[in-house]
Amino acid sequence: MHPWVGAGLEDRRDILAELGLSSIDELFASIPAAVSIDRLELPPARDEESIKLALAKLSTANLSMDCAPCFLGAGVYRHLRPAVVDAVLSRAEFFTSYTPYQPEISQGTLQVIFEFQTLITRLTGLGVANASLYDGATAFVEAVLFAHRVLRGKRDLAVVAETVHPMYRRVLATYAGAAGIEVVVVPPGADGRLDPQAVRAAAGDRACCVALQSPNFLGIVEDLPALAAAAHEAGALAVEVVTEAVSLGLLAGGGAFGFDVVCGEAQSFGVAPGFGGPHLGFFACAEKQVRQLPGRLVGETVDSEGRRAFCLTLSTREQHIRRAKATSNICTNQGLMALAATVWLEAVGGRGLRELAASCLARSEELKRRIAALGGPWRLAYPASPSFNEFLLLGPGPGAELAARLARESVLAGVPSSLWGGSWPDGILVATTELNAAADLDALVAALGRLS
Amino acid sequence: MSIPADLMYARTHEWIRAEDDGVVVGITHYAQDQLGEVVFVELPEVGTTVDAGEELGTLESVKAVSEFLAPVAGEVLEVNERLIDEPNLVNDDPYGDGWLVKMSGSADGDGILDAAAYKAFLEQENA
Repeated sequence: MHPWVGAGLEDRRDILAELGLSSIDELFASIPAAVSIDRLELPPARDEESIKLALAKLSTANLSMDCAPCFLGAGVYRHLRPAVVDAVLSRAEFFTSYTPYQPEISQGTLQVIFEFQTLITRLTGLGVANASLYDGATAFVEAVLFAHRVLRGKRDLAVVAETVHPMYRRVLATYAGAAGIEVVVVPPGADGRLDPQAVRAAAGDRACCVALQSPNFLGIVEDLPALAAAAHEAGALAVEVVTEAVSLGLLAGGGAFGFDVVCGEAQSFGVAPGFGGPHLGFFACAEKQVRQLPGRLVGETVDSEGRRAFCLTLSTREQHIRRAKATSNICTNQGLMALAATVWLEAVGGRGLRELAASCLARSEELKRRIAALGGPWRLAYPASPSFNEFLLLGPGPGAELAARLARESVLAGVPSSLWGGSWPDGILVATTELNAAADLDALVAALGRLS
Repeated sequence: MSIPADLMYARTHEWIRAEDDGVVVGITHYAQDQLGEVVFVELPEVGTTVDAGEELGTLESVKAVSEFLAPVAGEVLEVNERLIDEPNLVNDDPYGDGWLVKMSGSADGDGILDAAAYKAFLEQENA
């Protein structure tokens, strides 16, 4: 058999003979009949070129975010991606690399991870960060598990804001039960914000953490100092999760307000929005708790000749050494996406990030003003609450129906707020970024006017 | 390999010294030698109650992390806070300044060895 050409009929016969089996079916006999398929009902075979043409024609029926005014957000955001990001990403030295298995000879990869960690600590206001998590949802789960470990497993309650992205909470539910952690969900107040007193009451004396998202799922910026104080008063760790990382260009990360963990999704930093990813998690904590940090950590050192070099640090937390007692089963790097974010942040720069975030905020505020002025059936769910670049819009009907009607007007107006349930009103989450031109805002406002 | 005659020992390489109000626990000279340079010590909280054989804390060296166990049952009365900044004391002075935990309880119990028995146990283990 050739190593990369599939097995032919003769090869298959030989393999079966070697295994002492008479047929392929016998080989797969252990697969239950209920989950096996006899035959796929497929149309007749066609040649490659005509299939490509048919699929290309079919795809023109899509209302894609590249060819329609797009205000989709709810955890995935469209931002500018300078060409330098893909140019660096597609270099073979990086593109073929994942987590380095012989780390210290991969100085370039280690340097990138070190720079990513450094950038995240600056944005979050905390001492150490990793580059190990696949997405915001698993970063959030790791933060809850981290808090549970820091408090030595003695506090088994996690207080979680309902306005943490519902999909993140669903991933947490998957892990929490197995880890012996009970999750209590605190709904937002009438202004869409989390009430520190409600948090304090829910935490009682057995919470390991108070975990919340800011800006929250409804786009509203939470009162971080008051919430950190409420968590600490209860003897719990304060955990902030951020799903729109660009907000950190304007809003200080929770570390500045005493949060113990700031984690989240960094897709906004140079990773194109796509179906299901790839995404990029981030996780930062205080230096004194570094031994409970999940994942790998790269440190700066000097080599035998005194030159700056990078190395894996504190590896004894990790699974390949600590086995069952490792801080996490995550023993990798989200290397390529961390590279994208690093190149993106370094190309945009500190001032650039601030300007970019300011531009998102300005456009969102302009849209809020114009919708408020529009009147009719359209109104903002939380007009008095501070938001960054996303807000909940209510209209004449349930959110899913409104989004579908606006899509027929060729506007991707946003994500239905009740797509995953929730105690909040059913409307559309409208996200605005620097990529929304003035014409996009005009198109959305005009479409809303037509549906009044 | 130093094995002071006035101490008692567990097969998991902790030593025990009886005092008026309880026992002092540390790891043996042999244990610190096997671990190598200790760089971090995670100590239990004062007030924690443990059974004999239960984990008290962890010792992280440059090459491994291992747990140290309670040789006898009791309550943690005091921990050696100097180890937070000077974990190397575990190597430099395992029977003195490198002590780990002071706990209630007595120095005798199931499977606790005297110095001669611990020495014989080590010889047998490394035979």
